[in-house]
Amino acid sequence: MVLKGQAHKFGDDINTDYIISGKYKFKTLDMKELASHLMEDLDPQFSQKVRPGDILVAGKNFGCGSSREQAPLVIKSAGIPLVIARSFARIFFRNALNVGLFLLEADTESISGGDLLEVNLTTGIIRNLSRGSQTSAQPLPEFLVEIAREGGVVAYLRKYGQFKI
Amino acid sequence: MNLTEKILARHSGRRKVAPGEFIEASVDLILANDVTAPLAIAEFEKAGARKVFDPDRIVLVPDHFTPCKDIRSAEMVKKLREFSRRYGVRFYEIGRAGIEHALLPEEGLILPGELIIGADSHTCTYGALGAFSTGVGSTDVAAAMISGRVWLKVPEAMKLVYTGRRQPWVGGKDLILYTIGLIGVDGARYQTMELTGPAIDSLPMDDRFTMCNMVIEAGAKNGIILPDTITLSYLTEVAPQKKVTLDWPGCEADATWKKCLEIDVSLIEPQVAAPPLPSNSRSVREFAGQRIDQVVIGSCTNGRLSDLRRAAAIFRYGSVHPEVRAIIIPATQKIYQQAMAEGLMDIFLKAGCVISPPTCGPCLGGHMGVLGKNEVAIATTNRNFIGRMGDTSSQVYLANPEVAAASALKGRIAHPEEVLP
Repeated sequence: MVLKGQAHKFGDDINTDYIISGKYKFKTLDMKELASHLMEDLDPQFSQKVRPGDILVAGKNFGCGSSREQAPLVIKSAGIPLVIARSFARIFFRNALNVGLFLLEADTESISGGDLLEVNLTTGIIRNLSRGSQTSAQPLPEFLVEIAREGGVVAYLRKYGQFKI
Repeated sequence: MNLTEKILARHSGRRKVAPGEFIEASVDLILANDVTAPLAIAEFEKAGARKVFDPDRIVLVPDHFTPCKDIRSAEMVKKLREFSRRYGVRFYEIGRAGIEHALLPEEGLILPGELIIGADSHTCTYGALGAFSTGVGSTDVAAAMISGRVWLKVPEAMKLVYTGRRQPWVGGKDLILYTIGLIGVDGARYQTMELTGPAIDSLPMDDRFTMCNMVIEAGAKNGIILPDTITLSYLTEVAPQKKVTLDWPGCEADATWKKCLEIDVSLIEPQVAAPPLPSNSRSVREFAGQRIDQVVIGSCTNGRLSDLRRAAAIFRYGSVHPEVRAIIIPATQKIYQQAMAEGLMDIFLKAGCVISPPTCGPCLGGHMGVLGKNEVAIATTNRNFIGRMGDTSSQVYLANPEVAAASALKGRIAHPEEVLP
């Protein structure tokens, strides 16, 4: 599975409050509406800059903080299929895959905002088309890719009945 | 194997598990609140499920925006109420409830060796009773409500050995803030933090809850403390009908640790963590003089009876500074009653504090004490991220109840000894 999109770069320790502020999370279950507040505290214009297929890129510990699943859901609703970070906070990691947002852990230092990336989810190879460079990420375990591909853990369990670990 | 690995092995039907392994485990208890349950319920319904795997093992606690602050939050809590009526799961209505992570142990729902998941990051609190307990998402909860199972990655383990004697005014909050400052907000990412050593052996139960509550702020999957006589006497009180013994194998001699850290608690002074990260912790003395507008004493971190006792022991020496408002939030109905019976509420009211019903409220900028532009709070809560308690320009300093109370009296961040007569 290959994804291609423009990178939006953020720093280290991006917490779930920055992804979607706690003051909105109770407002609605409408993810499209919440998506208009994505990353608002860090960049008020962010939701207008994002195009479907764009890729979020960050430093270490992306998604730290609360367990709110709105965080990966809102990213996915904004049309972003993939987040690449140096590392992820663990609850965000499982939430993202459980709702069908792909993740890769890789050294993201050489990627800048605006770079065009081509990412192979199966091999973990990340090609930076703007710079002609390449990094590789640890590919995810097969059953996790499958959960994300099925669109989340509920759909996965419905199909398979149990985890294929 | 260490304690966490033993619990995971037992719940996945394996004789042995090792860090990095993925397992499918059975869950003993599933928790969700008014923020996370509606999404879980939506997923549950989307899956076409008709029943839950075991209604007794599912607990819904509306605590974040309750008593409901507006129409939307009322509609969200209604979903929990209706779901519990339909499927018979446990639901704790306000007036008989409180903040989930104080409530569940108090209700005797948590036992050593159990595996608990909750759609709230501070679910890790229950490790204080020797359970494996970790925060997950709403979809995990939906899947577990249907199947009683969860996928987990066996975490690597960090062993923390606390030695020495605590200084006056130093409690579990200070030990954990100091620890997070030492290892950073991702210092224990994906890992288990096993809290051990003589200073833990002598640490009261409430302080243990506070410590395990905040391991997530270091990125940990769970925190855990080996059950001992302190655990046992707590459980005898809250769950007298359940037979809990201490025939714990403990950690095997061959338990392996990714990291071992020894911390001499006698060197730790009361800590304050400056915004915007819990890891910005230093001695309270370094912040003396920082002006404040608001004080919040409560939350799943420090809203238990002993926390209120500690705050009251300071508030009896004076009144809240005229330019400061102080909010006291007992974490549960029972704690509220006990504090009343002990006369603590009188002390708070006389000092000019406002007492809120049990709620997460201001901790996450929800209601009951939200900050305006450029306002500064010192709080016994767990997070001081940008905008956490209100406007993005507002600031939150984290501290223990005595420091928060002393600061309320002084109108600036203060060491408790400054207010003693």
